[in-house]
Amino acid sequence: MGLFIARRIGKGVVVLLAIVVLNFFLIRLAPGDPALVMAGEAGAADEVFVAQLREKFALDQPLPRQLASYVRNIVGLDLGYSVRQQMPVATLIGDRLPATLLLTGTAFLISLALGVLFGALAARRAGSLADTAITGVALLFYATPLFWVSLMAIIVFSVRLDWLPSFGFETVGAGYAGLARAADIAHHLVLPAMTLGLFFMAVYVRMTRASMLEVMGLDFVKTARAKGLAEGVIQRRHVLRNALLPVVTLAGLQAGTLVGGAVLTETVFAWPGIGRLMYEALLQRDYNLLLGVFVVSSGMVLVFNLVTDVVYRVVDPRIEAAR
Amino acid sequence: MDAAPDARRTAVAVRDLRLALPEGGDRAYAVDGVSFDLVAGEILCLVGESGSGKSMCAHALMGLLPKAVRPAGGTIRLGDLDLAAQDEAGWRDTRGRRIAMIFQEPMTALNPLMRIGDQMAEMFEAHGLLTPRARRARVLALAEEVGLPEPGRIVRAYPHQLSGGQRQRAMIAMALALEPAILVADEPTTALDVTTQAQILGLIRALQARRNMAVLFITHDFGVVAEIADRVMVLRHGRVVEAGTAAAVLGRPQAAYTKALLAAVPSMDPPPRTPPGGLKAVEVAGLEKTYVTGGGWWRKPRRVEAARDVAFALHRGETLGLVGESGSGKSSVARLVMRLIEPDRGTVRLGDTDLTRLRGEALRRARSRIQMVFQDPFASLNPRRKVGRIIADGPMAHGVAEAEAMARARRLVDLVGLDAGALDRFPHEFSGGQRQRIGIARALALEPEVLVADEAVSALDVSVQAQVLALLEDLKQRLGLSMLFITHDLRVAAQICDRIAVMRRGEIVELKSAAGLFADPEHPYTRALLDAVPGRPRRAA
Repeated sequence: MGLFIARRIGKGVVVLLAIVVLNFFLIRLAPGDPALVMAGEAGAADEVFVAQLREKFALDQPLPRQLASYVRNIVGLDLGYSVRQQMPVATLIGDRLPATLLLTGTAFLISLALGVLFGALAARRAGSLADTAITGVALLFYATPLFWVSLMAIIVFSVRLDWLPSFGFETVGAGYAGLARAADIAHHLVLPAMTLGLFFMAVYVRMTRASMLEVMGLDFVKTARAKGLAEGVIQRRHVLRNALLPVVTLAGLQAGTLVGGAVLTETVFAWPGIGRLMYEALLQRDYNLLLGVFVVSSGMVLVFNLVTDVVYRVVDPRIEAAR
Repeated sequence: MDAAPDARRTAVAVRDLRLALPEGGDRAYAVDGVSFDLVAGEILCLVGESGSGKSMCAHALMGLLPKAVRPAGGTIRLGDLDLAAQDEAGWRDTRGRRIAMIFQEPMTALNPLMRIGDQMAEMFEAHGLLTPRARRARVLALAEEVGLPEPGRIVRAYPHQLSGGQRQRAMIAMALALEPAILVADEPTTALDVTTQAQILGLIRALQARRNMAVLFITHDFGVVAEIADRVMVLRHGRVVEAGTAAAVLGRPQAAYTKALLAAVPSMDPPPRTPPGGLKAVEVAGLEKTYVTGGGWWRKPRRVEAARDVAFALHRGETLGLVGESGSGKSSVARLVMRLIEPDRGTVRLGDTDLTRLRGEALRRARSRIQMVFQDPFASLNPRRKVGRIIADGPMAHGVAEAEAMARARRLVDLVGLDAGALDRFPHEFSGGQRQRIGIARALALEPEVLVADEAVSALDVSVQAQVLALLEDLKQRLGLSMLFITHDLRVAAQICDRIAVMRRGEIVELKSAAGLFADPEHPYTRALLDAVPGRPRRAA
């Protein structure tokens, strides 16, 4: 197992470097550059000023040289300097990353837990009213636009009932510390995490349900019945464990998108996360910041892929034999 | 049986068992008025073709009927308990403790994610018996009793790490854990190789005698019946056709259906044949193929030799059999001959063309000269295409006009004994035997010189098997075909092959005329194979 992880990390580093290079060229395929945007905002679009800006930020260098210095910096864990925000990119991302991971991570766990739970319940009573209700509601959350669900949740739970705060990461100026601060953040987290989680849940409900129904028809479930095992044990130990294998695959894919996947939710709930940072950087042609976000999210994808593969090896003993 | 009289007690008495099928099926009852006794120390074989209801009887004894099948009358008495009338909690207590079951497919019957030992220990857990520590000790003892090698290691293994025979032994150990009075075995050796089958049959026999169990043994194979049964009951369409002692039913069958079934079992005595010499249709020389799987930067790859210096000639008008157990390489050789896979070395000559050298268009044209009939008549036909199209596709791909291809398809369905209406229907509307006829028609549509039949009759019931074999024989004569016949079933090989090649681990260990092989097997492996064929001792006696 140790060897397997070491090998995968080695491959991951190579892939990450390839992504860095690819991203670098991809972003420069878009028309316009930061100098033009800044000049435009300054209201002075004359050639000399633009050229000065380009020289200042090394944008006049040939591409290969820009790439070389960029890759060198990345290897030294230096993500560059955001010209627009006048801050190091690493600091900007570092400020926003925890908030995003907290939101998407919580939503991920909610979706996975509820999805598997309801999927298993639906499968157990396949064809019944409960089954129809569960799959129907899950599909409704999936099909309804995320921003609309978010807005409705705000109207109901914040405006009408006044149970939960409608936006932000914590109460500004309250000066909470320690546990009180954690409770405050958790309070703010409920609405965005729930709306996002319910959106993702539908996929897990359907996957778990379909997979359980398939496993229920397999021979070893009959063997378990022939032993005289109780129905609950059969469902948990024999059916669910086998049915979770495809769910693990799906969850692994989903986990990779955690960093950049919540732009909409972050915007509606004014959540200070990476998604919004990336969106702003895109509008402002902030190359270094954009590339920084790309590198961090690519890294996350690779990390979660590795985690998925390790989990898979733990839950399915057949994998070791196949490779 | 010379067991003590008090040991010969009835363990289970089934009376007038009737199981209803969902409405709209081709018959109302899966099992209709079946009665039998299971007696301690005796093996009762339930025999029948697919759809006879034999498996339903077994599942009824365990209370494991499919949801669509409803009990519609009759009693199953176990002591003073009527199983047919008990609730789910009652069934849970009965299953495993008083009646245990083993299944056909030992691979799929075990949970792939659980260790063998844990699955065995579940038997005790389900009935709240023993402490975890005592369970482990019992599991080891059971593994030992059923002859699993290195029990300490094997109880910690996962199912995929065991061979087919070992898995079935593990299943048997599991079934015997609580010392049930009754064992239900549903085709437990059908998925196994012939030598493994012989071992498992011996094991069941020995354990049953040692523990004085009553065994209900479901099978479609009369060879197995002859090997293991004390009493036999023949089922057809859910009704009992004939019942009695094994000697009576097999030796002096009364019912016409039993006689027909027994007559359809291919005999081990090859009919006299004169192997045609002369021109060679296919000539294979020095064929080698090794599969390499796995392997990476730090890992040694796994090598499986599927063909080692395989050489044979198939003469015009001859049927050459390739027999062997699973993993012997016989199917790989068939695929190499068809050039569905590329050999590492060696040549396959088709008449005067070297098939291994051809590329592109020339290869595509040459392919029409050698065609294949597959094992599974369900999976090998595209379910969404009409039979006529399935047959005509091949000729049309080779440039025959559509009208002519369809006319040819019509002649072919007639040739294989189906009516012309078949052309406009879909494969799922046909039975297994009919589908295999369609598969043969498809292979013949390209007017090949050579037919490769890969286990072409293995999935069929004996009576259908006999018909398809007769059809193949007849077509071969009429169309002057040569046939490469791959099978694991030595009885089938004896009936249809002129010469037989025995394969083991990618090598042909013996190749001679069918009559010669059965009368005078030279290689020890050939002899072991022949000895393992069930039902042989009775024939010799």
